[in-house]
Amino acid sequence: MDLSAINPVLLIASLMVAATPLLLAAIGELIVERSGVLNLGVEGMMIIGAIAGFAISVETTSPMLGLLAAMGAGAVLSLLFAFLTQFALANQVASGLALTLFGLGLSALMGQSYVGVKPPAMAKLDLPILSDIPVLGPIFFSHDPVLYFGIALTAAVWWFLKKSRAGLILRAVGESHDAAHALGYNVIRVRILAIMFGGACAGLGGAYISLIRVPQWTEGMTAGIGWIALALVVFASWKPWRVLLGAYLFGGINVLQLNLQAAGIAIPVEYLAMSPYLITILVLVIMSADKSGAPASLGRTFHASQ
Amino acid sequence: MIALQKRPTPSRTLSLATPLIAVLITMIMGGLLFTVLGKNPFEAIRTIFWDPVFGEFAFYYRPQLLVKAAPLVLIAIGLSLGFKAGIWNIGAEGQYIIGAICGAGVGLAFYPTESRLIFPLMILAGAVGGWAWAMIPAILKTRFGTNEILVSLMLVYVAEQLLASMSLGLLRNPEGMGFPGSRNFSDFPAGSSWINEAAGLHWGMAFAFIAVIFAYILLNRHILGFNIRLTGDSPHAARFAGVNPTRLILFCLGTSGALAGLAGLFEVTGPSGQINIDFASGYGFTAIIVAFLGRLHPVGILLAALLMALTYVGGDLAQGNLGLPSAAIQVFQGMLLFFLLALDLLTNYRVVLKKKGAA
Repeated sequence: MDLSAINPVLLIASLMVAATPLLLAAIGELIVERSGVLNLGVEGMMIIGAIAGFAISVETTSPMLGLLAAMGAGAVLSLLFAFLTQFALANQVASGLALTLFGLGLSALMGQSYVGVKPPAMAKLDLPILSDIPVLGPIFFSHDPVLYFGIALTAAVWWFLKKSRAGLILRAVGESHDAAHALGYNVIRVRILAIMFGGACAGLGGAYISLIRVPQWTEGMTAGIGWIALALVVFASWKPWRVLLGAYLFGGINVLQLNLQAAGIAIPVEYLAMSPYLITILVLVIMSADKSGAPASLGRTFHASQ
Repeated sequence: MIALQKRPTPSRTLSLATPLIAVLITMIMGGLLFTVLGKNPFEAIRTIFWDPVFGEFAFYYRPQLLVKAAPLVLIAIGLSLGFKAGIWNIGAEGQYIIGAICGAGVGLAFYPTESRLIFPLMILAGAVGGWAWAMIPAILKTRFGTNEILVSLMLVYVAEQLLASMSLGLLRNPEGMGFPGSRNFSDFPAGSSWINEAAGLHWGMAFAFIAVIFAYILLNRHILGFNIRLTGDSPHAARFAGVNPTRLILFCLGTSGALAGLAGLFEVTGPSGQINIDFASGYGFTAIIVAFLGRLHPVGILLAALLMALTYVGGDLAQGNLGLPSAAIQVFQGMLLFFLLALDLLTNYRVVLKKKGAA
């Protein structure tokens, strides 16, 4: 075993990359859950985003168009969930599961001709002086634009929920849809918009995996990141900055275990690979004592007649 | 204006009819999907739904249907108990894998002893393995209030890694010339689940039938089944009636885990034959669709599992004959759940036409 092979600067830089898909998906789901909807289809929307983004950027040779397509694909798939839960008044848990099962199947079907293809590379930020600073450069100033977008999005979501009137309405709908309805807000419309935002974020997160982090297409490549994102929202007590913190924590664990695998530590690879999931469970157990942050209407079906 | 009016009680007729309508709509949409993929939709639908049962080689495919349906029935029966009570075990795939590892492990420990006692012991080990794996989310939920959906799902990924570790390490066939995977149970008659391999009959099918009968009695004739239904319909009323939610969670998750473990054991010692990296086949997730398609009713689940088995067997056939990609069947199964959930609206609500402004 050779632990000195692990470079701390590279570790932090790759931690940020590993955390970004998780951050994007979780911040989207945070908005969905703050509006009172539990969408368990994050994994399905991510994998659809991953293949849609991959396919479009291979066909157009533009990673940017691919990312946009991934957001669109995630949002379209989330509309299915919105239709089921908001119009057909179906159970949210079952509908979310349906979305994930359907998304995994559809992505495998769409991705058949893209296995082994190399996507066009995304340009990295390269600032003349800043990127060359010894330690800070690789950590802060030489990533891809999506990574910075994820952090900016976290700030924007924080501002939206805390400071804007629209955010207040969204929170009102999530806390008590009956009261919000009585005040004249359109509960269904707010929730559909929130669900679509969540879908677009999950799609972008998926495309980040297939276009930037890995970058290639393999079936089922999101490997539970969508589910970890759901756990992350609970971990963060439905607060945006804590989502960022949690994403970096999980990203760190994942990168560390990959580095330990590469360094040839005495623990078998399989046990290292299961560590992110075990730690997710551990974190869920610790955080589940305090449910005060959960939106009061989370998971409940709204119909104006009731 | 179209408006929805909640029915006082869900419509019984529609509750029975919606699965059939959902299957029909899925066939039509599936046909469209196959057209997009450049296949003849009528030929594809016939290959999937007709040929395995009534076609020229049906004598070969009919037993296959039972082989595929047995694990689905076992797992879905267990899941349906929890789903009825609002307890969501979606990690049956993990319990299935652990059941297979435990059962196969116990069996292989006795290799090459021949004794009638080995297989019952393996069955017990498989059930206990699945039960124990499901007890993790159950105890975390009752003790700390942790969400059982996320925990049971995370444990699927853990179980998959354990499976890989077992097939490369502890359970690897010592005479396998370094290839991954355990000894094959076809070389070990005392540990094989086949009753009659030529006829495609194994013990999992017998257990699946027993599970259906027990679940039916439990839900319709026993106080525990009544409590499960009561908790699902009205948790508050259940609380007042003195139902202990902790015991209900432990029972529902434990039972579904044990049944999933059994399914895994019968699969690994019969149709699959050995513990190997690719043993996990997604039955645990498909069973969720089966449970809903069967209306969470034991007999319904039996029928739904046979239909789902048909899409597997027919899908394989269509893959071989028409070159239909296997993922298309996965999409097909996902669509089925979508339409079913959407149509449920009609069961619980009445669609009425209202004059504008008369609200």
